[in-house]
Amino acid sequence: MAVEQPVGTPVPQPGDQTRIHNIGYRSYDGPRLGRSYATRSLYSQSLRGAYGLGRSVKSKVLPMLLFVVMCVPAAIMVAVAVATKAKDLPVDYTRYAIIMQAVISLYVASQAPQSVSRDLRFKTVPLYFSRPIETADYVRAKFAALASALFILTAAPLLVLYVGALLAKLDFADQTKGFAQGLVSVTLLSLLFAGIGLVIASVTPRRGFGIAAVIAVMTISYGAVSTLQAIADAQTLGEDGGSAAIAWIGLFSPVTLIDGVQSAFLGATSAFPGGAGPGTGEGVVYVVVVLGLIAAAYGLLLRRYKKVGL
Amino acid sequence: MIATESLSKRFPRVTALDRLTMDIGPGVTGLVGANGAGKSTMIKILLGLSPATEGRAEVLGLDVATKGAAIRERVGYMPEHDCLPPDVSATEFVVHMARMSGLPPTAARERTADTLRHVGLYEERYRPIGGYSTGMKQRVKLAQALVHDPQLVFLDEPTNGLDPVGRDEMLGLIRRIHTDFGISVLVTSHLLGELERTCDHVVVIDGGKLLRSSSTTDFTQTTTTLAIEVTDSDEHPDGTRAVRDALHARGVDVLDGSGGLPGAGHILLLTAEGDETYDLVRDVVADLGLGLVRMEQRRHHISEVFQDGDQAAAAQRKEAVGHGG
Repeated sequence: MAVEQPVGTPVPQPGDQTRIHNIGYRSYDGPRLGRSYATRSLYSQSLRGAYGLGRSVKSKVLPMLLFVVMCVPAAIMVAVAVATKAKDLPVDYTRYAIIMQAVISLYVASQAPQSVSRDLRFKTVPLYFSRPIETADYVRAKFAALASALFILTAAPLLVLYVGALLAKLDFADQTKGFAQGLVSVTLLSLLFAGIGLVIASVTPRRGFGIAAVIAVMTISYGAVSTLQAIADAQTLGEDGGSAAIAWIGLFSPVTLIDGVQSAFLGATSAFPGGAGPGTGEGVVYVVVVLGLIAAAYGLLLRRYKKVGL
Repeated sequence: MIATESLSKRFPRVTALDRLTMDIGPGVTGLVGANGAGKSTMIKILLGLSPATEGRAEVLGLDVATKGAAIRERVGYMPEHDCLPPDVSATEFVVHMARMSGLPPTAARERTADTLRHVGLYEERYRPIGGYSTGMKQRVKLAQALVHDPQLVFLDEPTNGLDPVGRDEMLGLIRRIHTDFGISVLVTSHLLGELERTCDHVVVIDGGKLLRSSSTTDFTQTTTTLAIEVTDSDEHPDGTRAVRDALHARGVDVLDGSGGLPGAGHILLLTAEGDETYDLVRDVVADLGLGLVRMEQRRHHISEVFQDGDQAAAAQRKEAVGHGG
């Protein structure tokens, strides 16, 4: 090893023109920005990491590809709307994320484990907790980072739609209202999906398991709920109890939860069979469940990391 | 630097630390104990990550129970296990860790470059850590503990998994952390011999209890075992036996280093009581006209330090077997 010599002793290298210039050890007297700065650093590093920035080229491929896949349909819709001089966009702002839910689930499944399972697997977590941040700071930073990454993923196509709609000279007030409702909806969706994804991923240090588990939870729950809703719809066709049953079943998957909330309060048309979303009363339950799930995910993550420690 | 007062940590089934009182000053301090002696528990408590069951502890004059975050800002920690993600470069990783310690972005980059250079990582630092050797990984782990210029670092078994050369380099580096960088060190190990050479002060704990706390020179002076090996000559076909007999005649107790391993039978072990012992060995060997192949201090395992008489002899014999001559 080319050990540096102690300060003040120049190292002549016999028979060699090179010389080790030793500037010695310099101590650091600058500012130490503490806990909140460290938390913010972890947040920005995790957010960048969710799109593969600061990581290998290979890990940029999937998140970037999914981002493009999310935005291209929006761009096409805008192009069509402008070309055909349509009176309205082909798809509601609030509906867009529901249509693209498979892409969003795939994104959560790939990036939630990348965010937390890696730290567990390579045992980097103790290095974080031997620094000023606390368990809660770590959880908050990771949660916020994935939720922000999801928000970028889901809000970007809405922005494309909105800008396109304004270019197509559609009604400004109408479009702005729809856009705002869409943003509220995707914010809730981002928080909910990030929470579910992180809780599942934080249980396993194995990234593969994490990916499979998140996909399973997202798609199986959605598949099961949709199927049950379709059955309920077929059996109670035209009866009053039908839409109520469909609405209650919708509480059991993340996608239908968001669908329910936005059709009750954000003026969205529901993707539920029969097009009947939950009413205001049921809608309140939906909102409570969504917020409850987000809070529960945060609580579970806190509990999980209390145990990880050093 | 570190002070504990009847510090105890009890888990439902085991007592990890049992009313431990000690006072550690600046410099390089070795914390020695067998696996499970409570070393890692001690570090966790000192970092303010695990509350003590009773008693109190202070690090850099800050109470670990209430000032954990402030302590962790001024202290570095190098864990025993692997802790490095393989897919990022050492530079990226250490910069991130520097920021996690509160260094502003520019300072984090500068300090990272400096620190990696000081621990002996040069061009490799831009390559992903996954391709590093164990020795290089240990250096990255050390760098992340030093990057924020702490006043004190905790190094948990830093020589684990290193070959003899790597070990010596790491020990040299640890020494420099104090002499050149001015950072105090608390280093744990289960090998006392290793720490004898590196530390100013050694604290030995066993079963959560303090066995001994003293400066390193005390240890070496009272407990040095000398291993000697000599050649054979025509006059003395069994040189080893001749030396043993001659030493015995002068009243020095000599232990046979034999243990069934090849070459071990040629090693003689005796307790060095000072310079006289070295002189005596030299004279005896010279008188017999034999060549002195080696005369070296043997390293100890902690247990030996606290045994005396027959027990020590037994342990030394066992150790000789372990070392295989």
